[in-house]
Amino acid sequence: MNATETTDVLIVGSGFGGAITAYHLAAGGARVTVLERGPWLRSEDFDHDFKFGSSATRVFDFVVGDGMSVLGGNCVGGGSVVYFATMPRAPRFVFERHGSIGRRMWPAVIDRDVLEPWYDRVAEALPITPTSWDEVPYIGGVFAAACKAAGHTANPSPSAVDTSLCTNCNWMMSGCRFDAKRSLLLNYLPAALSHGAEIRPLHEVQRITRLDTGGYRVHYNTIHEVDYRQQTGSGAIDAKVVILAAGTAATPVILQRSEAELGTMPHAVGRYFSGNGERLNTAVIEEDKVRELLGLSRDEENAYGAYQIGRGPVVASWDRLNADLPEYERFSLEQLYFPPGFGTILAQVPDATGPTWYGPEKKEMLRKWRSWLTVFTMSEDDNEGVFGPPPPTGNSERLSQQLLGFGRLRYRPTANTLRGWEVSDAAVRQILEHNGLSRVMPWTNDVIGAYTVHPLSACRIGDDPATSALDDRHELRGHPGIFVTDGSAVPGALTVNPAFTIAALAERAVPGIVHALRERGVDVRYGAPAPDGGGAARRGTAAAARAVLG
Amino acid sequence: MPDPEGQESRNAALEAFADTIIPGEKHHPDDRAVAGVSAGGGAVASGVIAVLESPEGGMAPALDDLARTLDEHAVRFRTEHGLPPDEREPFVGLRYDERLALVGELLAPEHPERAMWAGLAMFSFMAFDTGAHMHTADAIAAGHPGLAVLGFAPPGEDGLWRFPAYSYGRQLADVHPDTDPTGSPA
Ligand SMILES: Cc1cc2nc3c(=O)[nH]c(=O)nc-3n(C[C@H](O)[C@H](O)[C@H](O)COP(=O)(O)OP(=O)(O)OC[C@H]3O[C@@H](n4cnc5c(N)ncnc54)[C@H](O)[C@@H]3O)c2cc1C
Repeated sequence: MNATETTDVLIVGSGFGGAITAYHLAAGGARVTVLERGPWLRSEDFDHDFKFGSSATRVFDFVVGDGMSVLGGNCVGGGSVVYFATMPRAPRFVFERHGSIGRRMWPAVIDRDVLEPWYDRVAEALPITPTSWDEVPYIGGVFAAACKAAGHTANPSPSAVDTSLCTNCNWMMSGCRFDAKRSLLLNYLPAALSHGAEIRPLHEVQRITRLDTGGYRVHYNTIHEVDYRQQTGSGAIDAKVVILAAGTAATPVILQRSEAELGTMPHAVGRYFSGNGERLNTAVIEEDKVRELLGLSRDEENAYGAYQIGRGPVVASWDRLNADLPEYERFSLEQLYFPPGFGTILAQVPDATGPTWYGPEKKEMLRKWRSWLTVFTMSEDDNEGVFGPPPPTGNSERLSQQLLGFGRLRYRPTANTLRGWEVSDAAVRQILEHNGLSRVMPWTNDVIGAYTVHPLSACRIGDDPATSALDDRHELRGHPGIFVTDGSAVPGALTVNPAFTIAALAERAVPGIVHALRERGVDVRYGAPAPDGGGAARRGTAAAARAVLG
Repeated sequence: MPDPEGQESRNAALEAFADTIIPGEKHHPDDRAVAGVSAGGGAVASGVIAVLESPEGGMAPALDDLARTLDEHAVRFRTEHGLPPDEREPFVGLRYDERLALVGELLAPEHPERAMWAGLAMFSFMAFDTGAHMHTADAIAAGHPGLAVLGFAPPGEDGLWRFPAYSYGRQLADVHPDTDPTGSPA
């Protein structure tokens, strides 16, 4: 007889949702296996290089859909390896949103106050700290000064970057080789390993089937380490509990593919996708105006000209995060650096007479690249994305060996979403075109549709079974023992960067998963400290955990 | 059988498309693929054929078809606009403004083949903006035209980038009144 491998907990994906649950459950004594479709890279593997095959393509997944494209991580550590580590908590009003369903989207038991101690746990683990003004890179400085000149406030954002190690190289999207960015490779994942969790890279989960014992069998393909289009083998592992944390672009696809054998999925699986209301505008800054209007200069010669310098988004404007404003008109604006590639392709030429995103005028705009300033909008969209039938494997049909594939997500922005984009575009213009500081244009949607690096909600928690796939403990309705803890569980757009909220929700989900394991006869404790041993934040969540575990 | 002439005209058509996306100056006076409407190197001089042919990119198997289809569109375009036929190089033989008009049709959101042409345009950009067929440090040392136009800073001696000077070093705006002690929106 061919013995199938077994484990207590099988976790799919090693980003925030996967790493955090892996750590706590392994620390509590469960046998934990993590399957991750991407490779496992260490600090020295993170290249400063755009060449195909360097970390800039190895650690990414870019899935072009119909009207929406999603950029995410594809490696051990998931999105935390490629992210910009900007980590604000979601504003209070977000939890009260109604969105398209005409009632509160979030489960009644969760609001900002409830999530606060779970945020604290994540902040202790990574750690996340406020940024001081004297550490704000030139680009954030120009954005802040422009906000002030136009009558707005601006904040340096809290961040999971250890600035004492940061070189402001701006290669953090390819992974941080200086360990300044506190990715999951530096905290939850090593702590999970030290408690015996097993992490298998280049294992792509395809589907889940049910066992007579009440557990599940998870089927995977192994993936070639260079050419991700090639499958090198396949296998299956039996588990008592399965945690899906493959990210919003992949988790619903795995469930859709499993439906034939697992049985009917909740209606909300693969529906209500949100792009976090994302939108990008690029300004070409007039250098002399930086000196004249804003009184800023780097040195004798340069006023700004520093697009390449720094570390992603550091300064944000939160003036429109006002609970009193109508839904869909609230948003945050954040200064951003996007390396050449997508950022340069999708930027449009202000006042173009010919084509706006390519052609001679675009090339002239590229000559001023060092004076670009990109502004990132996170607004309230309408959860209007829907996943079509799954592709044969993974969550896309891959074109390139790495990075690029075509998926089945369809997104047609509603009038609400379009309105949010319109009012935020106007706000960007008001700030950055004030007194002729620059000219601004949004990125074009003509090439790859809208795009997001913050996919959310395609498998969300909620109280209403018709519009939520998961209950408020992240358990998949009708399929006990399957949990979802990644971005797809978040009910809707957050108006700020989402990783901190995804992580806090994953922390909050752990006691419920411990409970499910105990019900299945696994002896698991709950209450591990922060990955580095710190216990300060644990006190804040103890009562909530006891309420779940008894 | 290798067909050097077929290969050459295929590459010329692809280069003429890439040059429409990011134009450059002619390599030599008889250069037909590059229309020569912009000073400095464009996508072609930045290595677009190498990027398109790279096994990593995934475009290589489609290139013959793309070039042939592009020429078919050019034949139709010529008829529609009353231009003389060009049997050998229907697309390459177009003037820059004509190429721009045809490529504009192909890239329009409603065109049924848009995804294909948008892909070709994206790879043209990638050649110019990133020189994805070369190590970036080598590309910069070799004077890669696209990275030079961008003004992409050269790396340090160890091939890594560091910017020791990076901040104006002072508070430049008032923070939002509803900011909590963690620095988040309250
Ligand atoms: C360029 C960029 C910058 C960003 N910057 C910020 C920021 O500054 N602040 C912020 O809050 N957020 C940021 N984000 C978003 C953030 O990275 C995500 O919100 C977060 O990582 C999502 O966490 P997750 O657990 O849902 O999924 P992920 O972190 O995406 O993890 C999912 C993992 O599952 C793996 N996987 C997928 N399918 C399978 C399968 N079938 N089998 C096995 N494994 C699979 C993936 O490879 C991946 O590693 C950024 C994202 C990008 C792309």
